Amino acid sequence: MTTVTESSPRGDLILLICFAAFVLAGPIILQPFGAGYPDLLQKFAIYGLFAMGFNILFGLTGYLSFGHAAFLGVGSYTAVWTFKLLSMNPIPAIILATLLGGAFAALIGYISLRRSGIYFSILTLAFAQMCYNLAYSVLTPITNGETGLQLTQSDPRVLDVAFGRDYGAVLPSSDLFGIDMTGYPGFYFCGVILIICFYISMRIFRSPFGMMLRAVKSNQNRMNYTGLNTRPYALTAFVISGMYAGLAGGLLAVTDPLAGAERMQWTASGEVVLMTILGGSGTLLGPVLGAGLIKYFENIFSAFNDQILAAVFGFLPDGLRDVLVSLSALFVGEGWHLTLGVLFMVIVIFLPGGLMEGFSRLRRLIVTRTGRNGDAAAPQAAE
Amino acid sequence: MDVILLQLLNGLDKGGAYALIALGLTIIFGTLGVVNFAHGALFMLGAFCAVSVQALLGLEKIALHPTEKTAWGSPVEIRTPYVEDLLGDFGLLLLDYSVPASIIIAIPIMLLIGIAMERGLIRFFYKRPHAEQILVTFGLAIVLQEIVKAQFGANPIPQPAPDAAQGMLDFGAAIGFDAGNVVYPTWRLVYFLFSLGVIGAVFAFLQFTTFGMVVRAGMADRETVGLLGIDIDRRFTIVFGIAAIVAGLAGVMYTPILSPDYHMGMDFLVLSFVVVVVGGMGSLPGAVTAGFVLGILQSFASMNEVKDILPGIDQIIIYLIAVVILLVRPRGLMGRKGVMEG
Repeated sequence: MTTVTESSPRGDLILLICFAAFVLAGPIILQPFGAGYPDLLQKFAIYGLFAMGFNILFGLTGYLSFGHAAFLGVGSYTAVWTFKLLSMNPIPAIILATLLGGAFAALIGYISLRRSGIYFSILTLAFAQMCYNLAYSVLTPITNGETGLQLTQSDPRVLDVAFGRDYGAVLPSSDLFGIDMTGYPGFYFCGVILIICFYISMRIFRSPFGMMLRAVKSNQNRMNYTGLNTRPYALTAFVISGMYAGLAGGLLAVTDPLAGAERMQWTASGEVVLMTILGGSGTLLGPVLGAGLIKYFENIFSAFNDQILAAVFGFLPDGLRDVLVSLSALFVGEGWHLTLGVLFMVIVIFLPGGLMEGFSRLRRLIVTRTGRNGDAAAPQAAE
Repeated sequence: MDVILLQLLNGLDKGGAYALIALGLTIIFGTLGVVNFAHGALFMLGAFCAVSVQALLGLEKIALHPTEKTAWGSPVEIRTPYVEDLLGDFGLLLLDYSVPASIIIAIPIMLLIGIAMERGLIRFFYKRPHAEQILVTFGLAIVLQEIVKAQFGANPIPQPAPDAAQGMLDFGAAIGFDAGNVVYPTWRLVYFLFSLGVIGAVFAFLQFTTFGMVVRAGMADRETVGLLGIDIDRRFTIVFGIAAIVAGLAGVMYTPILSPDYHMGMDFLVLSFVVVVVGGMGSLPGAVTAGFVLGILQSFASMNEVKDILPGIDQIIIYLIAVVILLVRPRGLMGRKGVMEG
């Protein structure tokens, strides 16, 4: 966990500029890692956004929600419905997705935040499972059940019609005032939103409100005894994180106008928890990093097959190579979830602060080695 | 009347499964204070014990018939299971009863898995926050699930019940209704009775043995028991093993009802957590009662008459009840006051 004392307006500005530069130069920087193509970059940005929002709840207040995928799903459905009814322009879609995600979060958070600890986790889990089951079965008129919600040519799209846009006989795709939201333009659209949201998240972290949330995390009882009602603060954090999730869901629908119920399953909620933990909960950059890493693994590892593995281990003698190939084949391709699970356990067991803590440990180690002992003894924020 | 009876019966086997998994979960929570998200995976591993035993017993020796040919002129294959070869009729009987026979093998395996889990992982998490316990056991659940998937594939593997228990039981006729009105698959009844037996055994073990007494004392006050010079840690390890056995046995016997696949554990896990919460965290009778009550309520909610009035209720009733219980009475039906309340 980065210390509160470390932050300064100037440091924040540098961080923001570096972050923005990294995101905008993403296609070039990630090219050598084989991740420089827009579809994957888009996923990095969207899930980074999702995890960043989750982190505002979990990282700051310590409430572990196991139901955030529900808001992602709500956002997706809203965005697709906006495409169908209003316009193929992504702006109204993501605005409505954010608002509806927030409204849903307000509703669920208002009820769930009456409990804390594991009861809160189970309440959110129960709500998310309800949403998932309903989206799958009863709400079929809205969600189109297991087929998923799709665009059709006969959709009304009143705004598009009013402005005289006609998509002809092809199935429309989302476009921002004529710029098609696929490929690099699509990525830059998500990237710019990611940078804006990063800025917002940074402001929240540095604000008195953020301090209040940290106080809730460190000792809620003490906060209550001082006569302060913590629930409105926790609820606000919950709603903000729900809005981030709704926005992420909306963006998912912008890049691929299709919404299905699987996005709401509780294992999907587990994934965002994992991203946040992996990167380092309570840090600004951590969740984005974690989301990027997991999506990278998901897309790159799952594409590995035996031939590629054999090529990787090609320098070894035959027998050893076969053993290594069959062993590592467990962890890639179809079985990349195994890697995920192992990673998850390793991080929770050995590095509860996530990768960001790993980095700061490394930095401290180097600083100590080079003899500047004064910095290494800098005070750490209390857990 | 008979409709109600039928739904009551329908809920019993599912309720039995919920109760068994929730029982293990709540034992672990009550003794060790650990929230075990890998408990569903133990249920799944139990089911795959049955799959392995079935596969082992089903290994066949293939020989070619000396004279007979098929229509295409190739020799006819004769397949004889090795167990039949070795044990004769008893082997065939064993093959038929492979699901119940797996229990014998599942008990030591699940005990070992449970002890290994506790010693290797869980014991490092006693003092850490619940959130981290949830996370690490969730990771473990994913790992176990993926190993099973790599080993057995992603498709469900149907397990036959023994011939004698495959049919339907005309339950209604036995107690005075018209014949054919209340028929019930025999294996489900077996499962219900089995779950009652296991629950009874666990309760008897905790109630009437010295070991159980110490464990109960440890549940109430771990430190004092430790100060009395009792090696409570070792006993708790065994308790974890027992919880694993209970979950495993629930899985073994459930295989004829639901063909095991690698994610069955996750499906049941969420439900059984809900059961534990409704029953009251750490309360054994609460877990059992809530398991059966929720199982039965779920089967009532899936009646067409109910679904017509409240569509989709069968899908969400359990969660709905959990939400209401958590809000109205957070300690659950039979929970002690102050257990994780807040």
